[in-house]
Amino acid sequence: MTITTREWLLSDAPQTRRQARLGALYQGWLTFRANKLALVGLVILILLVLIAIFAPWISPKSPFAQNLGGRLQPPSAEHWLGTDALGRDILSRLIHGSRITLFIVGTVALVAPVIGLFIGTLSGFLGGWVDQVLMRITDIFLAFPKLILALAFVAALGPGIGNAVLALALTSWPAYARLARAETLSIRKADYIAAARLQGAGPMRLLVGHVWPLCVSSLIVRVALDMAGIILSAAGLGFLGLGAQPPMPEWGAMISDGRAFIMDFWWVAAMPGLAIFVVSLAFNLLGDGLRDVLDPKGAKE
Amino acid sequence: MLNVDHLDVWFGKPPEVFHAVRDASFHVAEGESFGLVGESGSGKSTILRAITGLVDSWSGKIEVAGEAIHGRRRSKGFHRTVQMVFQDPYASLHPRHSVDRVLSETLKLQGMDDIDARIDRLLAQVGLGSGFRFRYPHQLSGGQRQRVAIARALAAEPRLLLLDEPTSALDVSVQAEILNLLADLRRDRGLTYVMVSHDLSVVAHMCDRLAVMRAGQVVEIMDVATLRAQAPADQYSRDLIAASLGYARS
Amino acid sequence: MTAPLLSVRDLRVNFPTRSGVFEAVRGITFDLGRERLGVVGESGSGKSMTGRAILGLVRPPGKVTAERIDLQGQPILNLPEDQMRAIRGQRISMVMQDPKFSLNPVMTVGAQIMEAYRLHARATRAEARQKALDMLAAVQIRDPQRVFDSYPHEVSGGMGQRIMIAMMLAPDPDILIADEPTSALDVSVRTEVLRIMDRLVQDRGMGLIFISHDLNLVAQFCDRVLIMYAGRVVETLAASDLHNARHPYTQGLLNSLPRLDTAVDRLPVLKREASWRDAEILTPQPGGL
Repeated sequence: MTITTREWLLSDAPQTRRQARLGALYQGWLTFRANKLALVGLVILILLVLIAIFAPWISPKSPFAQNLGGRLQPPSAEHWLGTDALGRDILSRLIHGSRITLFIVGTVALVAPVIGLFIGTLSGFLGGWVDQVLMRITDIFLAFPKLILALAFVAALGPGIGNAVLALALTSWPAYARLARAETLSIRKADYIAAARLQGAGPMRLLVGHVWPLCVSSLIVRVALDMAGIILSAAGLGFLGLGAQPPMPEWGAMISDGRAFIMDFWWVAAMPGLAIFVVSLAFNLLGDGLRDVLDPKGAKE
Repeated sequence: MLNVDHLDVWFGKPPEVFHAVRDASFHVAEGESFGLVGESGSGKSTILRAITGLVDSWSGKIEVAGEAIHGRRRSKGFHRTVQMVFQDPYASLHPRHSVDRVLSETLKLQGMDDIDARIDRLLAQVGLGSGFRFRYPHQLSGGQRQRVAIARALAAEPRLLLLDEPTSALDVSVQAEILNLLADLRRDRGLTYVMVSHDLSVVAHMCDRLAVMRAGQVVEIMDVATLRAQAPADQYSRDLIAASLGYARS
Repeated sequence: MTAPLLSVRDLRVNFPTRSGVFEAVRGITFDLGRERLGVVGESGSGKSMTGRAILGLVRPPGKVTAERIDLQGQPILNLPEDQMRAIRGQRISMVMQDPKFSLNPVMTVGAQIMEAYRLHARATRAEARQKALDMLAAVQIRDPQRVFDSYPHEVSGGMGQRIMIAMMLAPDPDILIADEPTSALDVSVRTEVLRIMDRLVQDRGMGLIFISHDLNLVAQFCDRVLIMYAGRVVETLAASDLHNARHPYTQGLLNSLPRLDTAVDRLPVLKREASWRDAEILTPQPGGL
């Protein structure tokens, strides 16, 4: 008897570890696929990654080549999205800027939730004075508006893209710590944790093997939804001149450059703004879809 | 096998201390099956949690297999002697761990070797084929989950099994299967059971002796013949039996 | 014989899933008079879904179809939500399994009963308050004034379930659907709650649908029993005849219960047969639904 791949994947009685894992992944993909908008978000982000990878080959001009004779040109056949105040091709700058955006997003997404997960689960799982100390530190971070705190960090560390990313990561972990702690508190008392304890499992094993897998999914969802905010914060830092330094084609800095001419030469600021808008939206849509998959109780039945 | 003397368990700190168990004493012989019955809040499950170290605020004396235990810490040997099956099979299995992961982690923690063969044997013993090995909890029915939980408890090859309402979340037909399984396992392995239940007929079926608890205190210890004859000495025990016989129309 | 309070014909509830349509209820037919009707079955038999379908509480994507559901001759199948709301509570009420999840934790008990009552009856605050206190007294709460002012977390499980019943009965419904109303309660409290429901049904001439997994309880408490299996009624009989049930499923369920009075070595295990899913419904007298 032959069965299709689909049946094999959807089987309720997997025969091997591999089939069970792949089956779980496939189920998740089917749920994700059902959310059309999330699929749109995923496609946009895949495109963004491809653009970033192949930026030198697909950008029509150099992002740095100035042409003062052809400055502030409107969109035309030669410059699809026009040129900026120094006569640089905006499309090429946007394409190269995608690398910077991805770098920011990727680094923050790797650093902040990991710090948050570690501190939050530790705090929730151990309780007592550890919880008190860690949560008061978290409160201190949360007491300042994110961007103000990031500004202070960058001002102290010196402007630059690396420091901007670091500042953003340092200011966004407290929210994840809170989330992870709340999840941990609800998991800590569960019978399956008690059962593992009765097998002689130590606190480290319980934390890493039992608590983390349940916290990670809601963190991933939250990160995807926060990405838009992080891009905007990074753009904000760039706009204030504290992020990427000229002549780097960072999208926020590009908006900042264009604001002087926004009335007469709207495309200089509008094009990078549009790019930020599309990518932020894509992350939000993706986050919604991921929530359907990873955190079913948060979305629908 | 298990001696509990003058056990007090409390929750909270002064001035708001709640005594869940007061001065409870009972003794369970090797190979015996002992029931703890009472209504919710009578402290019957709390006793099991104190024995296993899931609650640490207790005083009195608990002896398992001749060894006194203290506070919250339990030795490796303790976990090899005593295991527990929880009430709700939907809550006692980790939602992201497959049956395979649950059992192999348990076996590793107990320092067992030959894990693959042992898992297959355990699953066979609880009436699940090896076809269930790679399933996740959501792919199992309530009865199957409880079988996995029993397999997990048996993995350490314990001598004393604490059963906390093992069938109250299950349908009656599934309850019958699980009770039969537990009876078989006890006979084959010479296990000692301490079973907590609010269902007197389940206790009557499974146990040799039982303690009736009320508001944290042991009201009466009787053998199962007394229960079946509905002739306990204490008034509360009699009321409990009468109420569990069902609803008499007025 | 007078017209039934509720008449259900060929009720079906379907849920579309990834692997096809899941039929939770597959063609249920029954009439409810001024009586206590027990609906018994195991989890997944569709007994709770039947109660929800009657009240229009099946959530999408679930779909309810039926030849008809008539409440005293008036069709109520798939009514628009605003009309259904007028029926829910006022004419058909429902008591759920666990009072902890059915009561609003941030409102006092009294305020909730008053709200439930004033939703359906034009009454001044003072009247509603009096009604609420009367209802609390009717469910045998000794100190209605104190309970009226307390919050749900301050009352015990048994008290909570009595409050739920008081709340559901305040608008004087014709039918009460009780979905496992005593499963979360201790046996001693259970008896009291059942006695209260019993008296109210008798005094007010209500129809009661009592959904439960506990065969013995239903046999003792109800007048008539429907036994459900896999979304269908497999047998219907007078509650007093339950122990003479003919369907092997009913017999199997009864046999698998451990007994307090006699010892058995092994509990008989229920062997399910595929034919039960679609077999004839067993009734004591033909057409005696």
